[in-house]
Amino acid sequence: MLMENTYAIETKDLSIHYGGFTAVNEVNIKVERRKITAVIGPSGCGKSTLLRAFNRMNDFVPGCHVSGELLMQGQNLYSRNVDPVEVRRRIGMVFQKPNPFPKSIYENIAWGARINGFKGNMNELVEQSLQSAALWDEVKDKLQESAYALSGGQQQRLCIARTIAIQPEIILMDEPASALDPISTLRIEELMQELKKNYTILIVTHNMQQAARASDFTAMMMIDENRSGGVIEFDETKKIFTRPMDKRTEDYVTGRFG
Amino acid sequence: MIRKTFEHEIQQVKDEVLLLGSMVEHAIVGSVDALKKRDIKASEKIIAEDREVNKKRFAIENQLMILIATQQPMAHDLRLLASTMEIISELERMGDYAKGIANINVRMGGEKLLKPLIDIPRMAEKGRDMLHRALTAFVNEDVEAAKEIPIEDDEVDALYNQIYHELMLIIIQDPKSIERANWLLWVAHNLERVADRVTNICERTVFIATGEFSEIKNSDDEFWKK
Repeated sequence: MLMENTYAIETKDLSIHYGGFTAVNEVNIKVERRKITAVIGPSGCGKSTLLRAFNRMNDFVPGCHVSGELLMQGQNLYSRNVDPVEVRRRIGMVFQKPNPFPKSIYENIAWGARINGFKGNMNELVEQSLQSAALWDEVKDKLQESAYALSGGQQQRLCIARTIAIQPEIILMDEPASALDPISTLRIEELMQELKKNYTILIVTHNMQQAARASDFTAMMMIDENRSGGVIEFDETKKIFTRPMDKRTEDYVTGRFG
Repeated sequence: MIRKTFEHEIQQVKDEVLLLGSMVEHAIVGSVDALKKRDIKASEKIIAEDREVNKKRFAIENQLMILIATQQPMAHDLRLLASTMEIISELERMGDYAKGIANINVRMGGEKLLKPLIDIPRMAEKGRDMLHRALTAFVNEDVEAAKEIPIEDDEVDALYNQIYHELMLIIIQDPKSIERANWLLWVAHNLERVADRVTNICERTVFIATGEFSEIKNSDDEFWKK
């Protein structure tokens, strides 16, 4: 039994480098369990780079290396003895554009679970995952149809269902609603509120209103004079959007620059 | 400056608030002046003009709502727009106090004033002056001034207490004067409330500038302490 900690994940001087260039510099944040934490900041400030570091997606980028620590229940996920595949099972990710597999709706969910060694009742898992992603009612009669037949908003919820199916602890979302229309966007945001009962969510968004509406905590990122990104302010969302402490956060959230 | 249009619209709202403020200032001093001169026509004009004050308040409120809906203000902008909503409502209520004073003059009809008015016009002038400076502090977001002005409320309270005791003395000596004394007491009370609401405006100004909510001075308690 792992020790219950109020923080799902925590960074200690986490820096991300591409060769000699430091893209993200010494981030220290504690992400609260079963809360939604938004990462905001102008383009190119390292938001997505930081998010990808949380489940070691940057391992695939040539020349990229990470220093500092990324701690989950006290364990550094960048330790040599940690299997990155296991990290990605515990920390799932949803991308900007919905990217379902070119398979049936059913298989989109079953596939990941199967290769992760799921031995239980697959029909149940598929239904539960689709229920959790608020998609079940819309697709229950066409589970064998191609996932590509779904609308963009439905595809994105399918990707969320697929992530949930392997029962991660944390879900990373990189602009999950930026390719969706306003109604689908609100659905994703409503869904996030449901999901946070069981999962910790970290979301990168350019949409300030979305961060304000949907998140509990907000990390504001900005580049410094060396063009390295960093977290300049991290606080409760309601504070960031009503009385931020840092002038740069104020200027960004009020739309004065960015 | 990226948000030129928004900045311009905020400036327009501030200008409208100043305009509303000057209408209220005019009504406060005018209502007491009309009473002093027992000029019923002038009081009737102030009562009619209060409708313009109310209209102006709703127009600004509408302007603010449109800005909130279309510009999605955050942080300082949000504090400014939300607080302005509060400030215009304070101004509208101050206008009602002036209207109340005008109504008293009308209702007094042919009755003579119980005593010549000296301290009451002083209260009105003091309140008007405080209001004027409070609104200047608001548009300039002058925290220092916004914290200083409410202290002057003590002077208004002192005048009110003086009037109160004076009128009580008259009543004791001549119970027939009760109604006329009561009219004047009511006038003084309205003016005392004007100054209290100036304090509220100053508190909002501090909040807009700093994000801190703090009660600068709880003037409601002053009278009852004595």
